[in-house]
Amino acid sequence: MSKKVRRYEASTGYRGSEDYIVSDDLRNSVNIAIALQKPLLIKGEPGTGKTMLAQSIADSLDKELIIWNIKSTTKAQEGLYVYDTVQRLYDSQFGEGDVANIKKYIKLGKLGEAFITSEPVVLLIDEIDKADLEFPNDLLWELDQMSFYIPETKETIGAVHRPIVVITSNAEKELPDAFLRRCIFHYIEFPDPEGMERIIKVHHPNLEKRLLEQAMETFYMLRNVPNIQKKPSTSELIDWLQALVVGGISPNRIKQDLPFLGVLLKKNEDLDTLLNQLHGKTQSRSPNYASSSLNRYRY
Amino acid sequence: MFTKFFYTLKNFGVPVSMNEWQALLEALEGGMAGSSLTGFYYLCRAVLVKTEAHYDRFDIAFAAFFGDIETPEGLPDKIWEWLNKELPELEITDEMRNNHQQLDLDELKRMLEERLAEQDEEHHGGNRWIGTGGTSPFGHSGYHPGGIRIGGQSRNLSAVKVAGMRRFQEFRTDETLGVRQFQVALRKLRQFTTRLEGARTELDLDGTVNKTCDNAGRLELVWERPRDNAIKVLLLMDAGGSMLTYSRLCNQLFTAVNRSNHFKDLQIFYFHNCIYDWLYHDPACRQNDYTDTEYVLRTYSPDYRVIIVGDASMAPYELMRVGGIIDWDLHNDKPGIEWLRRIRQHFEYSAWLNPIPRNYWDWMDGAFTIRKISEIFPMQPLTVDGLEKAITALRSKQAVAVN
Ligand SMILES: Nc1ncnc2c1ncn2[C@@H]1O[C@H](COP(=O)(O)OP(=O)(O)OP(=O)(O)O)[C@@H](O)[C@H]1O
Ligand SMILES: [Mg+2]
Repeated sequence: MSKKVRRYEASTGYRGSEDYIVSDDLRNSVNIAIALQKPLLIKGEPGTGKTMLAQSIADSLDKELIIWNIKSTTKAQEGLYVYDTVQRLYDSQFGEGDVANIKKYIKLGKLGEAFITSEPVVLLIDEIDKADLEFPNDLLWELDQMSFYIPETKETIGAVHRPIVVITSNAEKELPDAFLRRCIFHYIEFPDPEGMERIIKVHHPNLEKRLLEQAMETFYMLRNVPNIQKKPSTSELIDWLQALVVGGISPNRIKQDLPFLGVLLKKNEDLDTLLNQLHGKTQSRSPNYASSSLNRYRY
Repeated sequence: MFTKFFYTLKNFGVPVSMNEWQALLEALEGGMAGSSLTGFYYLCRAVLVKTEAHYDRFDIAFAAFFGDIETPEGLPDKIWEWLNKELPELEITDEMRNNHQQLDLDELKRMLEERLAEQDEEHHGGNRWIGTGGTSPFGHSGYHPGGIRIGGQSRNLSAVKVAGMRRFQEFRTDETLGVRQFQVALRKLRQFTTRLEGARTELDLDGTVNKTCDNAGRLELVWERPRDNAIKVLLLMDAGGSMLTYSRLCNQLFTAVNRSNHFKDLQIFYFHNCIYDWLYHDPACRQNDYTDTEYVLRTYSPDYRVIIVGDASMAPYELMRVGGIIDWDLHNDKPGIEWLRRIRQHFEYSAWLNPIPRNYWDWMDGAFTIRKISEIFPMQPLTVDGLEKAITALRSKQAVAVN
């Protein structure tokens, strides 16, 4: 397929959607990826809307979304096609169907599906880092050329329209350089309070102002407690607000009582850390290197 | 001039290849920077930077390079000029090579320092401002209803200021390992345990069925490597004084990896400043709770991967002399350095991780012992990068040479 950069028009690109709040720089990156026809690789803390971004792009551009969820056992080949040899063998044993027609036993995977649709689609490859280290490299050619060959049927499946490819990663593994070079990369920053308020408005449009204020203050305070391992994220804040509303908690109590704390902090260690700090048990501060170790052996 | 930016990025440690550079030029051609330096900033970052760990370097390079552009609103004429002139120039020309030589890192650093020196608390409106990022926990992302917001997004900020805020400092992987870096380090360590070697001794059922079907029913067995981890780890940690935080961190780190991936064996011992006749079972280094170092050397086979965590800084006599041990009620017959040498000789796969940033190694008070010890053990700083380097070395089939 020829790859010609489209002239970029700010007015026609992706602009976010009703239920998804997008920052300027993220929107920029999306449009750059679309225009350069490169996969968009998204990283960010859990719950920062990586997965939802693909849905939002599809909604905003009025395209179908095809989702390929990656697991630790997923192989690149499955995204292209699967040759159901077992079924064929079975059919041959029991004389069912036309075994000579191999095509019948070729089933396209998500990538293959995205290639042959008559309308351009958005393809989400979700959590690519879950798979083996070789997985991304195994897809290089297909993502570059937007086509693959099926030796069993001597067929080439090429993209009718280049899909818009969004790839998310939770950074469980590093991705190979060759793969990275082909992507537009964007790290979704954790939203600042202003951005967070906008996101919350989407989910809880009628929140009482003081409740929101108190909850937000507490939330960002918790995120800043040192040594917390799993910081509460957007989705936890949304759930917590729901709990506060349903529980009829008075805004004045939020900061001191920390109601439904378990919704925000899910690890026991983190709850302990927080309680320790609230009760002022002085944990030894991490030492200032240059000075403390200089003096250490002098005592 | 535009190619100079390319080399500025490279010199500040953003690995840009010609591939990406070409993509950037294409994008500029397509008008994707809009007409502002801010648009240009985000475009460059999206196309050229491939990991959040390099966002900070990119910011520093960008601020250093564009720091003195006077009109942050609107893409400066200067950039348009380069674009007009230099677009076709996609290959590395002699001119670019020359440029590269002219721009040495020291000069760039000096430029940056000058700019930092110019920074004036009361002049945040200046175009040359470079921030230090949120060092106060309640600074950058704190919530101040109706108050002044520090950092975060704003349309009115110039790109140079955005870059200068250095919001991505915490994502760097070349700074000392803290709790924040824990998760990243953990992921790197997991690679320590993936199966790369060993005999294929386990029947792969799916593979066998597939192959057999491919052969239309003629049996073909497929074997794979067992998932068991063959790696055995011996972790020795300095638990003296200021080292305690780091020992605890490393203990958690390796125990966590062990829990999820199971090393074949994980043994953890502690010492105080230097290793002598005893290795303690507990960070408190209690004198009735230890294993003889001699026993460890005799019992654990040389294929154990030994990772020592310590600052390697002590008084020279603690390392070099008989009786130099810091605990006043103990005595050592052999100097510490001899024990270290023996450990190194027995365990071919060994590495030392030092939480002191590398650029302090040469001039701080412990410099002498740091140097002595790093002549024995390959030493890396205790950063995510250092950890990864050490792990890569320990994973290889060859014994680790001292640099
Ligand atoms: N920008 C946003 N606008 C609206 N809602 C958001 C936004 N970001 C996050 N959310 C909310 O947070 C939830 C989690 O988002 P999502 O599942 O996309 O996160 P993720 O980054 O894919 O997380 P994970 O890493 O756990 O897969 C969403 O269901 C949505 O409710
Ligand atoms: Mg997700």
